Amino acid sequence: MTDAALPARIALVGNPNCGKTALFNALTGSRQKVANYPGVTVERKAATAITPGGIAVQLLDLPGTYSLRARSPDEVITRDIVLGRFAGELPPQFLVCVADATNLRLALRFVLELKRVGQPMILALNMFDIARHRGIDIDLDQLSADLGVPVVPSVAVRRGGTNDLLARIDALIAGQVPPVPIGSGTWTEPSAAELRVAQREADRILAAAVRAPGRRDPTTWRIDRVLLHPVLGLVLLLAILFLMFQAVFSWAQLPMDLIKSGFSALAALADATLPAGWVASFVRDGVIAGLGSVIVFLPQILILFLFILLLEDCGYMARAAFLMDRIMGGAGLHGRAFIPLLSSFACAIPGIMATRVIDSRRDRLATILVAPLMTCSARIPVYTLIISAFVPARTVWGGFNLQGLVMFGLYTAGIAAALGVSWLLRRLLWRREPTDPFMLELPDYKRPRVPNVALGLWQRAKIFLRRAGTIIFSMMVVIWFLCSVPRPPEGAAADKPAIEYSFAARIGHAVEPLLRPVGFNWQIDVALIPGMAAREVAVASLGTVYSIQGTGTDSDQLGRTIAAQWSLATALSLLAWYVFAPQCASTLGIVKRETNSWGWMLFLFGYMLILAYGAAFVTYNTAVALGAG
Amino acid sequence: MAAVCVSGSSREPIAGVSAIGGAVALGEAPVGFTGRISAVRAHEGAGNIPAAELERRLIELGFVEGARVEILHQGLFGRDPIAVRVNDATIALRRRDAAAILVAPGLPPPAE
Repeated sequence: MTDAALPARIALVGNPNCGKTALFNALTGSRQKVANYPGVTVERKAATAITPGGIAVQLLDLPGTYSLRARSPDEVITRDIVLGRFAGELPPQFLVCVADATNLRLALRFVLELKRVGQPMILALNMFDIARHRGIDIDLDQLSADLGVPVVPSVAVRRGGTNDLLARIDALIAGQVPPVPIGSGTWTEPSAAELRVAQREADRILAAAVRAPGRRDPTTWRIDRVLLHPVLGLVLLLAILFLMFQAVFSWAQLPMDLIKSGFSALAALADATLPAGWVASFVRDGVIAGLGSVIVFLPQILILFLFILLLEDCGYMARAAFLMDRIMGGAGLHGRAFIPLLSSFACAIPGIMATRVIDSRRDRLATILVAPLMTCSARIPVYTLIISAFVPARTVWGGFNLQGLVMFGLYTAGIAAALGVSWLLRRLLWRREPTDPFMLELPDYKRPRVPNVALGLWQRAKIFLRRAGTIIFSMMVVIWFLCSVPRPPEGAAADKPAIEYSFAARIGHAVEPLLRPVGFNWQIDVALIPGMAAREVAVASLGTVYSIQGTGTDSDQLGRTIAAQWSLATALSLLAWYVFAPQCASTLGIVKRETNSWGWMLFLFGYMLILAYGAAFVTYNTAVALGAG
Repeated sequence: MAAVCVSGSSREPIAGVSAIGGAVALGEAPVGFTGRISAVRAHEGAGNIPAAELERRLIELGFVEGARVEILHQGLFGRDPIAVRVNDATIALRRRDAAAILVAPGLPPPAE
């Protein structure tokens, strides 16, 4: 079943935090292909490398696990590929088990379990330099003899640190080790008793082959006394998050402005070169505006992921989950959901992409489903417009600005809704499913490595632009079509904006009876449709339907117009609508991609629509009853 | 944004109160506690997941009989979760799940 022309297939397995991905990066450089395994959102990282012996090998980086007893979707992938059960993926010809040389105890038990699979295997003791530096003395020959597998030291972060491993891979291939037929292994899911026996055996081997000074890493201990302090730790976590939040907003501003002006220049160029009409409109409003509205998120996403990758690489992410577990747990969320939800204040898209740090599929899904309820920056222009038009700039309760209070109230409503919905999901949808226990290893701190972080950032950017871009972009084109087709007939009244002839206007008029109970007029309904592209576009669209020139620079005029035309009840109702409504095609696109399911995307759309309608209905009718209609 | 969660079981006794034959549940021990694991025994209904599964997960993270443990850190609310040194690794877990680990106290902390 092995074809000599095909490169030898090698799978990298190991515990979480063992430096497996760093080793994979060191072995393969930037030649990695990152994709998803079919049908699941687990990333498949593969790459071809040439050994010093000139042999092409295909390396597969499998998700980290402590056992083949798979529990999360990631671990199922690892188990099925190692056991050769994964449909559509050729089984690996041999395994490289990666272990952290400073922390071998759990890894050795896993090696004993992997041996029962029956595949040829090499054990790579990664971070061997750190182990030596800490005075950990490992007898490689003894370890190899006791385990019955070849053992090589490796240092992923140093040039030449993988030479021993590559030489051993060459030897194994050159040795013509006959591939073990799949299914010949004796692996079965171990019971608690078998696990105990295996761990005792691992402990015995460890005692015989490794002499450690028995000290914990003093640096990690010193840092953790501060960062995991019950009170100080939380304060510092908030400080780190505040810095991250600030960075996403302020550092991203300049590149975002550059991208926006770049796309405006492109649009102007298209206007100047293309004859007015269909093609120009499609290129300018559909293609350029559509692409621009996607790519403008890229700086925020990259800054956010820079922070996340740095915190992950140095080992702090596990600590953040530790500090937040109890607080998030009250709402039925996992400790690790904190960072994605916080990111969603900037934009739900990077927030939802950041949920990849959550292992359990259900915890991750709960976080994805509530992330869009956090008040993202795109809602701010809409909130600002309505608040400044309707809420008097008064000081109340001794020093509080009333407009600021309303804004704060809208943020609070979003947070409360997110916590409430996740609590309900846990109670209603997943009542029978047990919540995953919070158990994770707190690895020793390590200095983040620039190549690893840079490679991770590059992969995030590519994934965002290629995969999400296609979905988001196609939705943008659909919205352009609805807003510009059909065009105004010849000789149409010049004061009537073109959008009034479009399908969007027809839909606006058609849904008016549905939205009248919440106090929306047809102009609002029309503005909601382009607002699907991105929430803040609704402001420009309101400007268009109210035939206001130069809305982009003069939102005061639009404010005066709507203040004259809408009742206070309508304005409050629209605010309530905006807190909850699924008004963002990009978010829906990314939810579809990250959950790999139309069903969950539609569920998100449906529940948010119901919440929005309910909130707007209650707000409008309460306001009318109080005399604000 | 914190929804402060009020613990239902914040009246955990101080270490040693629920001692069984000299052993205490790791889930009830204070920060700074050191000892050696004498048994890992999950009781059905005590955790969120079946007892056998909880036991296996604990063992996979190194909580086996004879291992040295020390509680290094704890959270603010309900003193939960805890960070436990198990031989040479540090594991974070909830006190509720750590209740399945019985430990015999009395081992000097490893020299710094």
